[in-house]
Amino acid sequence: MDITVNILLTIATAATPLLLAAIGELVVERSGVLNLGVEGMMIMGAVGGFGAGYLTGSPWIGLLAAIALGAVFSLLFAVMTLSLATNQVATGLSLTLLGLGLSGMMGTSFVGQPGARLPNLDIPGLTAIPVIGRLLFGQDPIFYISIALTAAVMWFLFKTRTGLTLRSIGDSHTSAHALGIQVIRYRYLAVIFGGACAGLAGGHLSLVYTPQWVENMTAGRGWIALALVVFASWRPWRVLAGAYIFGAVWIGQLHAQAFGIPVPSQLLSSLPYLATIVVLVLISRNKRLTMMNTPASLGQPFVPDR
Amino acid sequence: MKKLLIALMTAAAALSLAATAEAQEKLKACWVYTGPIGDFGYSYQHDQGRLDVEKALGDKVETAYLENVSEGPDADRAFERLAREGCKIIFGTSFGFMDPEVKVAKKFPDVMFEHATGYKTAENLGIYNARFYEGRYILGQIAARQSKSGVAGYIVSFPIPEVVMGINSFMLGAQSVKPDFKAKIVWVNSWFDPGKEADAAKALFDQGADIIVQHTDSTAPLQVAEERGLQGFGQSSDMIKFAPKAQLTSIVDDWGPYYIGRVKAALDGTWKPGNVWLGIKDGAVKMAPYTNMPDDVKAMAEATEKKIVDGWNPFTGPIAKQDGTPWLKDGEVADDATLLGMNFYVKGVDDKLPQ
Repeated sequence: MDITVNILLTIATAATPLLLAAIGELVVERSGVLNLGVEGMMIMGAVGGFGAGYLTGSPWIGLLAAIALGAVFSLLFAVMTLSLATNQVATGLSLTLLGLGLSGMMGTSFVGQPGARLPNLDIPGLTAIPVIGRLLFGQDPIFYISIALTAAVMWFLFKTRTGLTLRSIGDSHTSAHALGIQVIRYRYLAVIFGGACAGLAGGHLSLVYTPQWVENMTAGRGWIALALVVFASWRPWRVLAGAYIFGAVWIGQLHAQAFGIPVPSQLLSSLPYLATIVVLVLISRNKRLTMMNTPASLGQPFVPDR
Repeated sequence: MKKLLIALMTAAAALSLAATAEAQEKLKACWVYTGPIGDFGYSYQHDQGRLDVEKALGDKVETAYLENVSEGPDADRAFERLAREGCKIIFGTSFGFMDPEVKVAKKFPDVMFEHATGYKTAENLGIYNARFYEGRYILGQIAARQSKSGVAGYIVSFPIPEVVMGINSFMLGAQSVKPDFKAKIVWVNSWFDPGKEADAAKALFDQGADIIVQHTDSTAPLQVAEERGLQGFGQSSDMIKFAPKAQLTSIVDDWGPYYIGRVKAALDGTWKPGNVWLGIKDGAVKMAPYTNMPDDVKAMAEATEKKIVDGWNPFTGPIAKQDGTPWLKDGEVADDATLLGMNFYVKGVDDKLPQ
């Protein structure tokens, strides 16, 4: 039983940064903006989170710094693409490159230093309950944030008026503009929200997952998050499912290897990617629904007439 | 105004001329790393070697490096760029740079190339390597003594000879202490991904391993060991800060002396492509202090280290291959060529080698 609980906990840790980054990007894309800079914002969050935690000794301050740095970094993207109407794909890619380089430079003095780890939740009486205690009440704080955030985004997008407005901007920014909606303002807020989420995901890496700073420590997780959003056809609960399927198959294949299952390790390593794509394609088979969910003006620059 | 401009331009031209003249006197030595220099592991140690060169040779040299160069077509470009930028001696530090380096070396016959951990040479391409397997034998012995469950978890990157050799040496060391010792092997298909390495360590511990060994470059697996109150070994650099209670020892790469020697030779004009394989006795492979173990285990490790310094090779027969067929006869020592191309397991390894 203990091993099952351990495996589930490991899966949650592996899925959390993907879920956070993807849910943030989902909101951004729902507003019609494609930000390919997730990896860059994530690594900025990772270096900021580690740095602040290391310098102040408090991982909580690190957590806030991670969110702040991700948000500030995304602002750069917002100014470029929204106010100056640059190409979103190119700007997003350069944001990733800039983030990877800049974080490496900022982090030079943190290399080889052990950092502070965010403590796991520990509620007397509840955490000690066998099996479900540790799963429900004994994980790291960011895990709870990620689940709550997914629920909040679902509610916001589909149950609030502001959410509806945001989605309508994503579908047709010209119509929204004609109705007097502040397209650019909404998009600014969405992009900053996405940046904060990616920053938090990075903070999870450097404060919980592997409490240390190393260059490139995101190792492509930002790209996986981006892919998850598309394969989940812009639905929050599917992003959640996708992140956890990816985590589960990833951890599962490591266990399969350790167990000595005679399958080539290269095949096992590619399984998480394959499995996630197959499952998400299957659940979004309904073509009409997928079309409906795709933000129609995704990636198109918006320059209002003056 | 015009006069001022001309004066300025002349001054600038004179300055840049002076700068080139100075640069020409200096020898430019360059490095290519597959990981970031901030990995605190393999690439970090190579870069420490580069800094040693700067320290030792001062203003006679100028150094440059490219990090995060992936092992593929990208590597071609990296080497070519450095050669074009005036690097006179270029060190490629990863196995996967072998073919790109051979290719680029052919194009630039006046540039001296050095490649680590490979086996192809050319007229202007030398190879160098460190006998990490010597250290891994010692790790195996310590693991077998320290483990209560009799199972070690072994995290590995890619099935190349270097890594296979390490697994074999580790197992031979472990079996010399406890013949039925087992190692569970997990391939993560990456040299450097702290998250994946941590996940692999967790999976191995969950399946009953209580000692972790790695042939990947980050400190993450040791941190997991520390969190769980179990033990493990560092990789490439002394990682004791990350795991003060968990690290038993670490194989530390010290490339400094070799790099200083080679760059000096390049400066003197005595450089020739070499083929060296440096071990513990040359100081290129060092063992971090033996910690968190009883004195008798430490004594055993030190005795083995001394035996290796005195010339003993861990790959000394009798050794059988994984399927039981004999490989080395009693007292027979494996030759370097076989080791460098090693693509089979020795007896007792519980894994199927990915081909």
